[in-house]
Amino acid sequence: MIRFEKTSKSFRRNQVLKGVELDIERGHRVALVGSNGAGKTTLIRCLLGEYTCDGKVSVDGMDPRLHRREVLSKVGFVPQLPPPLKMPVGQLLRFSASLCGADLKRMEQVADRIGFDVDQFRHQPFVKLSGGQKQKLLIAIALGRDSELLVMDEPAANLDPEARHVFFQLLAEKQEQAVMLISSHRLDEVAPLVNRVIELDQGNVVLDDRVADLVELSSRLHCQVRLIRSENAFAKTIREWGFTGSEDGLVWEGFVPGPDRLRFLGVLSRYAALLAGIKMDEAT
Amino acid sequence: MRHLWLTAYADIVESVRARWFMVYTTVFGGLVVLLFAYGLAESRIMGFTGLSRLLLTYIQLTMAILPIFVLITTVRSVAGDREAGVFEYLLSLPISLSSWFWGKIIGRFAMVFLPVMIAMVGATVWGSIKGVEIPWTMFGYYTALLMSLAWCFLGIGMLISTIARSSDVAQGAAFVVWLVLLLFLDLILLGILIQEHLPAETAVAIALANPMQVFRTATMILFDPQLVLLGPSAYVILDTFGQVGYIIYALVYPVLIGTAAAGLGYYLFQKSDLP
Repeated sequence: MIRFEKTSKSFRRNQVLKGVELDIERGHRVALVGSNGAGKTTLIRCLLGEYTCDGKVSVDGMDPRLHRREVLSKVGFVPQLPPPLKMPVGQLLRFSASLCGADLKRMEQVADRIGFDVDQFRHQPFVKLSGGQKQKLLIAIALGRDSELLVMDEPAANLDPEARHVFFQLLAEKQEQAVMLISSHRLDEVAPLVNRVIELDQGNVVLDDRVADLVELSSRLHCQVRLIRSENAFAKTIREWGFTGSEDGLVWEGFVPGPDRLRFLGVLSRYAALLAGIKMDEAT
Repeated sequence: MRHLWLTAYADIVESVRARWFMVYTTVFGGLVVLLFAYGLAESRIMGFTGLSRLLLTYIQLTMAILPIFVLITTVRSVAGDREAGVFEYLLSLPISLSSWFWGKIIGRFAMVFLPVMIAMVGATVWGSIKGVEIPWTMFGYYTALLMSLAWCFLGIGMLISTIARSSDVAQGAAFVVWLVLLLFLDLILLGILIQEHLPAETAVAIALANPMQVFRTATMILFDPQLVLLGPSAYVILDTFGQVGYIIYALVYPVLIGTAAAGLGYYLFQKSDLP
């Protein structure tokens, strides 16, 4: 579906992409990782036809620069930094749905599923929303239509656990027919979401690897965490995951989205000295 | 075509909530209020009284303010939007670059012209209430002149925004363009004329290439058909164009400049990196 052939991009004397060669097929969920300045954003912008470049970029055989509308009508894009748009939420949704020829109601339903109440914020300027709310709305615009190519830059970074779980479910619903390109600084953030990892370093592809696709995107784990003593800092952290505690603060229970298990265990590791036991079961 | 209007509408919605628009509207609305407050409509100078006098003063003030306001607000918001990632996101939606670029210009034109127009309409309405005679010909002519001037500087602003990659550079360039045009109104032109012993026709040609000078002369021609205020240059202008010819030139030339600048801006925009 996506093909980069000897794709290079320079800004004055600084060559940011150096002859990138990539083929990405439908069903591939790609983590695009690399440090700052590795060329991730430039590669994405070339793919979206926003940058001119040397070599060739094609989506279903079409050049995104020459066939903007045909290519971009397949693309759902979630940027890392939400744009500071002053238009109200309702206007942004109408504008996007109208440009994409999508069903406005469907976008609103996705927004609702992910925990963004459109009616509550309909008249509020987009720029005034919180980071998480902006992210949810942009996800709803990207996923609330027939997008076949999802390009997302740290998409779940600002989402609460419940919203993350719904987000993963939404991705699972699209995983067969769509290509997902998820950009991140950190592989552990996106590892459970993908089945292929591409690492960029100084404009070169230094790693292109298929990874085991064992975690169901829509799965959920029921977790019970037991502590040797109660601790306020721990209680605050685990509540952010939507967990509820016993009266004495020693037993905490809740659900963790399947793809988030590594991240959750990473959080628990910070309190390793407090832990008396952890139980995780696949929820049905 | 639908995408063009959608973009224009989105730009209007964005602008209405922007701070620059509030300042801009306040300045032009405030001007009219001030002119009324100081009793300009009741004063009489060179035979001008009532709304004609007020409109004349308003148009002269507008000539000083409108170009720099249009230039700075256009380059600031367009180049600023690019820097802030607005282009990156909105241009990832399936919209053609022509719809985006020209839609933005149309929306912006509405926003820069409307406050000026509303202030003039407000003055006219107030004049009607006060029972002052409304100079409709003058009103129509000045409105058309203002539209032409606003379009001209909007086009130049869009060209600068496309070329300059940062809002700081864009603002600096916009200011320099305005300053050069302003200085060529009289100061530099007179200096060159005296120093280089230029033929009068050449000096007038240089002046008439400057859209601000074209506007300025055009505002005079209605109350001073022989352009006596301009001195000997009036002969060159009137011999070349005639009175009606000059009025048409003053309306068409800035529009052509604005369209050419915007067209060049669009050409460069679609050839370059977008965000």
